Amino acid sequence: MSAKPFLRGRSCAMGQETGSGSRSKFRSGLGLTRREFVAGAGALIVSFALLPRLSAGQAAQDARAPTLPGSLKDTPMLDAWIRVGADGTITVFTGKVEFGQGVKTALVQLAAEELFVGPARIELVTADTSRTPNEGYTAGSNSMKDSGTAIMNAAAQVREMLVGMAASRFGVAADSLSVQDGSIRAADGRSVAYAELVAGQSLHVPAQPQSRLRDAKSRTIVGKALPRLDIPGKLTGAVAYVHDLRLPNMVHARIVRPPSYGARLRALDSSATEKVPGVIKVVRDGSFVAVVADREFQAIGAMRSLFRGATWDEQATLSPQSEVYAELQSLPHDDYLIRGDATPSAKTWSVESSYRRPYQMHAAIGPSCAVALFEAGKLTVWTHSQGVYPLKGAIAEMLRLPAEAVRCIHMEGSGCYGHNAADDAAADAALIAVAIPGRPVRVQWMREQENLWEPFGSAMLTTAKATLDGQGTITDWQFDVWSGTHSSRPGQAGNLAAAWLLQSPFALPTPKPIPQPEGGGDRNAVPLYDIANARVAHHFIPKMPLRVSALRSLGAYMNVFSIESFMDELALAAKVDPVVFRLRHLKDARAQDVIRLAAERFGWNNFQERESGKRRGRGFAFARYKNLGAYAAVAMEVDVDRESGRIDVVRVVAAVDSGDVVNPDGIRNQIEGGIVQSLSWSLYESVAFDDTRITSRDWSSYPIMRFASVPRSIDVHIIDRPGAPFLGTGEAAQGPAAAALANALASAAGVRIRELPLTSKRVKAAIGV
Amino acid sequence: MITLNVNGRAHEVDADPATPLLYVLRNDLKLNGAKFGCGLGQCGACTVMVDGEAVYSCLTPILLLQGRAIKTLEGLGSAERPGPLQQAFIDEQAAQCGYCIPGMIMRAQALLERNPSPSDDEIRAHMNPGLCRCGTHIRILRAVHRASKTMQGAIPGGKRA
Amino acid sequence: MERTRPSKIIPALIGALAVAIGFAWAMDRHASFASTASPSSPPDATYDPTLIAKGAWLAAIGNCNTCHTASNGRTFAGGRALSTPFGTIYATNITPDPETGIGRWSRSDFLRAMQQGVDREGRHLYPAFPYDHFTHVADEDVNAIYAFLMTRDPVRAQTPANRILVPRPAIAVWKALYLKPGPLVPDAAHDASWNRGRYLVDGLAHCGACHTPRNALGAEKEREDLAGGTAEGWQAPALNETSPAPSLWTTEQLVAYLRTGFSAGHGTAAGTMAPVAHNLSTVPEVEVKAIAVYIAARMGASTGARATAAGNAPGGPGAAEWSARGEDVPVDANKATDGDAIYRTACADCHDGGRRGIALDLSTSVTDTTPANLIRVTLDGIHPREGEKGELMPAFRGALDDTQLAPLIVFLRTRFGHAPPWQDVGGEVARAKRPLESEDRKSS
Repeated sequence: MSAKPFLRGRSCAMGQETGSGSRSKFRSGLGLTRREFVAGAGALIVSFALLPRLSAGQAAQDARAPTLPGSLKDTPMLDAWIRVGADGTITVFTGKVEFGQGVKTALVQLAAEELFVGPARIELVTADTSRTPNEGYTAGSNSMKDSGTAIMNAAAQVREMLVGMAASRFGVAADSLSVQDGSIRAADGRSVAYAELVAGQSLHVPAQPQSRLRDAKSRTIVGKALPRLDIPGKLTGAVAYVHDLRLPNMVHARIVRPPSYGARLRALDSSATEKVPGVIKVVRDGSFVAVVADREFQAIGAMRSLFRGATWDEQATLSPQSEVYAELQSLPHDDYLIRGDATPSAKTWSVESSYRRPYQMHAAIGPSCAVALFEAGKLTVWTHSQGVYPLKGAIAEMLRLPAEAVRCIHMEGSGCYGHNAADDAAADAALIAVAIPGRPVRVQWMREQENLWEPFGSAMLTTAKATLDGQGTITDWQFDVWSGTHSSRPGQAGNLAAAWLLQSPFALPTPKPIPQPEGGGDRNAVPLYDIANARVAHHFIPKMPLRVSALRSLGAYMNVFSIESFMDELALAAKVDPVVFRLRHLKDARAQDVIRLAAERFGWNNFQERESGKRRGRGFAFARYKNLGAYAAVAMEVDVDRESGRIDVVRVVAAVDSGDVVNPDGIRNQIEGGIVQSLSWSLYESVAFDDTRITSRDWSSYPIMRFASVPRSIDVHIIDRPGAPFLGTGEAAQGPAAAALANALASAAGVRIRELPLTSKRVKAAIGV
Repeated sequence: MITLNVNGRAHEVDADPATPLLYVLRNDLKLNGAKFGCGLGQCGACTVMVDGEAVYSCLTPILLLQGRAIKTLEGLGSAERPGPLQQAFIDEQAAQCGYCIPGMIMRAQALLERNPSPSDDEIRAHMNPGLCRCGTHIRILRAVHRASKTMQGAIPGGKRA
Repeated sequence: MERTRPSKIIPALIGALAVAIGFAWAMDRHASFASTASPSSPPDATYDPTLIAKGAWLAAIGNCNTCHTASNGRTFAGGRALSTPFGTIYATNITPDPETGIGRWSRSDFLRAMQQGVDREGRHLYPAFPYDHFTHVADEDVNAIYAFLMTRDPVRAQTPANRILVPRPAIAVWKALYLKPGPLVPDAAHDASWNRGRYLVDGLAHCGACHTPRNALGAEKEREDLAGGTAEGWQAPALNETSPAPSLWTTEQLVAYLRTGFSAGHGTAAGTMAPVAHNLSTVPEVEVKAIAVYIAARMGASTGARATAAGNAPGGPGAAEWSARGEDVPVDANKATDGDAIYRTACADCHDGGRRGIALDLSTSVTDTTPANLIRVTLDGIHPREGEKGELMPAFRGALDDTQLAPLIVFLRTRFGHAPPWQDVGGEVARAKRPLESEDRKSS
């Protein structure tokens, strides 16, 4: 990350700081005089879509310094990010998408701050393959780091350009100008609005590696809990989701999905379906079957009718659920040593444990939906996919269309928590749209289809071993993790469920592991703790029996659950308080800060365990997401009912360091939500299947946390680091919450459970009579 | 033709009487609030009010709803003039993806119309059939509690409908 | 003023005298003194773990935790309100807390309570505590339950005062009339499993407490054992030869139902039966099998049986696709109060063919003597235990108004019950919609 110099005061000094304090003749921060600038650019604002995307190498050549901040490195032209309209509206473009994590609001805050305008002046356009930068997937908690950084810097640089243009227009020094509310004002009172300055001009210039950012102390928007811009509309019935999209002449489609992974369509009798009132078409390509009708309810009835007419050949391909962990260790796998050397340690271990995590589901509240229109050889797809650019490529490949013929536009879905069926619904809609050119096709997945076909979070197995010396310090450490892939996103057509069913099908590509330091199944497998001899191995299973991909925090949920449970087991063996034990093994000051803050606010040292009649306990856990992202520490108080094994989570206290805070309430919301979701995973969730099919087909067979079980309180304390890099937040709580729960259970009931979920049955069995 | 009374207005709808209310609200009346979450009455994303009770619109055929008072999210207020519950949810920022929230609001509205000062335990029990996957529960409970106070005039909260 | 005729006075006087004599005799027969047994209970280390483990599943059969736990309270700490025709009583705290629980009770105190219905202070216990059944439980089993209870976590929780019209001494009369103390004599005409089943059913499991009709004094009608009863508004169907089940329960079906709360051929353990099935899921299968053998034998000659139907398994091929709604035959808009139209548009999608919910021609709720259960399930649905998988039926309370619910119930009876129509469906709907009297007092 390049260093970011800060502005002093409200007026901005153009040009690079000279250090000596003298003001040289002004030059724009880009090294162009206005004359040079105007002469060079000329015409109207160039549409981003018409320009070839600059490769990273080319951008690097263009830049004066090696790397541009954030996603600017892939999309260096400023007008790809910021446009000033004639009416004064400022349009900001991002390749990231909103799915309830508040990113739209945070990005608007960043842009508004650097442009010295109120948030209402900003119109934010999110991922659209025809309009916005390509920022890959909105995933990995990278939005603030990638897009936030890019937009913040682009906005600052655009502002500088505008100040330079105003200085030129007024014939004054740039540092004598002040910026306020979208206007630039000279000392003598003359002012000019952005729109006027820009009229007819292009911002089509590349970004610079460094920007003059506002001094953190002068911020008025960033760092404030600006209410989310999307919430009022969602609560009053606005068109907010792709599910709400209505286009003229739109038709409704439903898919008849196979009943299981290996099922093939042997025969289809659609004669009855074609007679159902409202049915427009039955679409079939190989084993891909869909029906289209005028009205939505007609489509549903037609789907049923079509299902009755379908005969499937199924195979029992799944091993018993009870053998899932044995299976993980026996499936072919590639071994990666991600820390330490290859020589296995000959030490005797002080503590050895292994941990288990079943397949778990995204289980989005709103099953996936998409709308697609194929017209004049061009396909437009409205989708809640997290990655519209990769999806575009995959759909183009699947349909054998040129990439330029496909446009994917993001509209919100319900929270997806990773790679759910959004891309598949988009692919379904695309296939049908091509069969009914000229009419927009809306595909809505049913609840069971979402549950049965979405890619799950992979089952995982870990083993941890460590040795303590006489002072209770960890000297040797060995950690192994077995996992399937945590990334099978499109990209390729073979990652789309529909593509497997076509007459000329696409095969599921063999996945490759996401390399460290981010990692997939091995995300957070390397402990942040200072350990003299640590060895960490990742056993990557390319071919898994169930469909798997990214679920919020990927392998970090399980690896942090394992490591943080293990740390407590080691602390117990060393007879040291769990919080003290962690602090002793950390030099990272920010890690120490969150740990201390959470412990203090929780009242860790004053806690009374096992009051009479109650089995009350406390648990603690810490992790730095990916060892690169946000720091999170979670302390939890639980009450365990000995008779039923039920764990009642009484209260949770968390401390988070996400770097520079853009919207503190956004952080709080994400951490609260991440904790509740992680508690749901950790107390209840496990995908069920028999030898042929997934049987967790709806909420009755895949229960999640309800109001009755939600903690009484969750308090999130944020450590703000103004000016520091953005670290993201969305996935930071998943692992620590799970481990804090297991540790609290151990404290309350004296039982250590290492297999997720910690159901009451499992807890009761461990407690015994 | 079926006549439905939605948010105090009569609507003539040309739909199969077997059609669940959800699809009529969304597709015929262009009301976006009620959502499809499961179609099985298991999640509550489709919740509306009928004659003052919370009802799963995904399961209730319009056949049953003629002559009955249907109230949806849109009947509680607008973005310009949110109703007390809507305002309370905004004030508490009680939403992440927001997909479940209209159903939550309607469920809460049914409670508050019947019992204007519920205890926190009563709120929690009443809201239990509604699912939220993002984990916004605590904010939702706070918002309902806040709205109950506003509706009783105990706190001057936000705009009143 | 009309003079009361002499012929009426004399029988009245004789009756009063008889009652007084009976009362005195009962008091004499059943009055007990406060226990003189040792006050403190030994710590759990002195109880044999095998005995405790046995006591745990015996207590599960006895369903102790269901009555003796308030809705937000700690297990066994009491406080749950039980509505009776004579008022409300509160189940006591049976944790080993010395002051508010049974921590000072000796083994013999506990035995006396279970088998004779007398507490440690010598007071008669209200027979809402079904000692008329527990009296048949063998001493060794009572001792195992004692060991189990004495090793629970003590919870300090004062049981709220009862609000009941009957004074405790009067219970002596009731006992004189209805308590048949002592063990059951095994019936040599039946095998060990049947006898074990009867021992459990008539004793610890106290099935008759719900499944037998009661008389005006609140006692089970002995000659109508297991002929059906009520529990908190729910109908507990007959389990004897008058069983209304549309198909015969096999022993295997009963075992599955009792241990999982669900039978594909019969339906879900809803309402007050749900916790029973949950408890039985923790009991060794051989014991549940014995219960099933006995009950199946009792039902064996039931005239309601049509066939030993294997049942219709839900979730069969294609069930995954059936979250759709609607049938192919169109429905008229003017059929809003027509039971057939309501069924087809609001129920059939799940219930036809047992796709998701039980096929209604298999459900006892439809063939029983009263629509009570069918109405309650339709109004409030069926819900799994928190965080657990299980049958889930949504509540239709708001969806169906009173002009629709009653015709639907009537239709279901005709279409699926193949039995004479129920009387007063409207009245039963009104009763079902009334909130129950009981309110739990939270244990402090």
